[in-house]
Amino acid sequence: MATEKTNKINLDQVRHIALLARLELTADEEQRMLGDLEQMLEYVDKLNELDTAAVEPTAQVGDIGAAMRDDVVATCDDPQSILANAPDAREQMFKVPKIIE
Amino acid sequence: MATDSFRLTITEARELLRKRELSAVELTRACLDRIDAVEPLLNSFITVCADEALAQAREADRRLAKGGAPPLCGIPLAIKDIYATRGVRTTCASKILENFVPTYDATVIARLRAEGAVFVGKANLDEFAMGSSTENSAFGPTRNPYDTQRVAGGSSGGSAAAVAADQCLGSLGTDTGGSIREPASFCGVVGIKPTYSRVSRFGIVAYASSLDQVGPFGKTVRDCAIMLRSLAGADPADSTCSTRPVPDYEAALSGEVKGMRIGVPKEFFVEGMQADVENAVRAAIAHYQSAGARVVEVSLPHTQYAVAAYYLIATAEASANLERYDGIRYGVRVEADNLLDLYRKTRARGFGAEVKRRIMLGTFALSTGYYDAYYLKAQKVRTLIKRDFDQAFACCDLIATPTAPTTAFRLGEKMSDPLQMYLSDIFTISVNLAGLPGLALPCGYDAEGMPIGLQLIGPAFGEEIILRAGDAYERSGVLTRKPAVV
Repeated sequence: MATEKTNKINLDQVRHIALLARLELTADEEQRMLGDLEQMLEYVDKLNELDTAAVEPTAQVGDIGAAMRDDVVATCDDPQSILANAPDAREQMFKVPKIIE
Repeated sequence: MATDSFRLTITEARELLRKRELSAVELTRACLDRIDAVEPLLNSFITVCADEALAQAREADRRLAKGGAPPLCGIPLAIKDIYATRGVRTTCASKILENFVPTYDATVIARLRAEGAVFVGKANLDEFAMGSSTENSAFGPTRNPYDTQRVAGGSSGGSAAAVAADQCLGSLGTDTGGSIREPASFCGVVGIKPTYSRVSRFGIVAYASSLDQVGPFGKTVRDCAIMLRSLAGADPADSTCSTRPVPDYEAALSGEVKGMRIGVPKEFFVEGMQADVENAVRAAIAHYQSAGARVVEVSLPHTQYAVAAYYLIATAEASANLERYDGIRYGVRVEADNLLDLYRKTRARGFGAEVKRRIMLGTFALSTGYYDAYYLKAQKVRTLIKRDFDQAFACCDLIATPTAPTTAFRLGEKMSDPLQMYLSDIFTISVNLAGLPGLALPCGYDAEGMPIGLQLIGPAFGEEIILRAGDAYERSGVLTRKPAVV
């Protein structure tokens, strides 16, 4: 069982990250997440064995941006079937809770 | 034609269909009956599309009767349930997309549909392709057709098991860190992850966009070559997709390996790997040598860092890609008084434990104060891993390794220890980080009869050479393939 006092990450950080990630975690899940993240962060620490000061990062590989096409507006032929997947829709709109007080 | 036509390879079925000695409807019925018979043991599928498949088969028969039908016309395939299929629900094995019905086809699905392929169903996977065992599915795990107490591998476990158990003739998967090759290895079938950008990903639910690639499973290397040719090629809807011409992969299968330089990296034969796996892979390499290939020792010194780099890069990308599941435009919603709580409750209810874990790790790696230490560091190590391969390919034409350090493990064995689960992809992950093609094919069986996989890695866009080498091994007859037991 993980405790709040850990080296790489603490419970407050877990709660902060969960808020950033838009995840509601139960108290049990927070504790489990703390232990799991601690284990992973300890493991990935092995990357610090490598001196990468002079190494460029790689974000993408392969033939990148090779495919170009004209920027042409196309119409959606079936808005109703798209809206059919929405949990709550009205006419041609997605319904959400009030966002302005 | 006998009713066991489900056991045919694509190559064999294509011939019989063209000669009209077998109809697409008969073949599809045989596969659907087979699915009915073994599905309770395996759970390879999330959705079986019997009616749609039979309608597609009838249409395929009309085209086949006219002659000149494309290679996959009338061939029953299973599709990993991460590909958008128009009118057929696409769940990603997640509760959050339980009822999602796409209004369009992924580009590769549209291409196969145009060829007259038959889609028998949507195959099971780890939720959002996150896992190595298909145990992270909201629809229950897929079981291994060689031993139903063991996992099928993952994340494309349903696609691999369906081919191994003859529920279809071929299937489609995706591979971000080994999700085609590891289940192919565990289920004793062939699977290829093509070069990054070789195949369009439009309409395939994104996990880690700088790593994800689409590929086929088949009973033979030739079957994979046939399917890959139909899948690959430029797509105006996917700007990351290469515009290079697509070779005739089947024409590359000359059976000849004489003079081929096969690199063997010492870092892929590690302590703790299963002895039967090492022995089988070494025997396959020795076979190539006796057939006239040259074996050269190469070094990929940063291999041991690949899993760590991968789990930072992949989770960071995943945390961004999965932001879209918010309960607004599609999927499950949990109502709340305000928008923030709606998001948080919806995602809490909709995502499983592993998906939450990866979103959390990725969000952390990208967060203020940690970005440089984790995400950027991992991208720099990615450069070193890619460089290792560049140097190795200066002195060899392809690289041969085990696909996984062990054969299929038991259900539940690694579920309590995420890191142990991640390490089952130790031999496949670096190939994704470098963007290279990798082919997994059976090269033996362990003492308990479980399949062992050989991995052949090619340089970028070197699919032809690894397919040629894989096919040559298969055709040599050095391995007698054992059928699955279900």
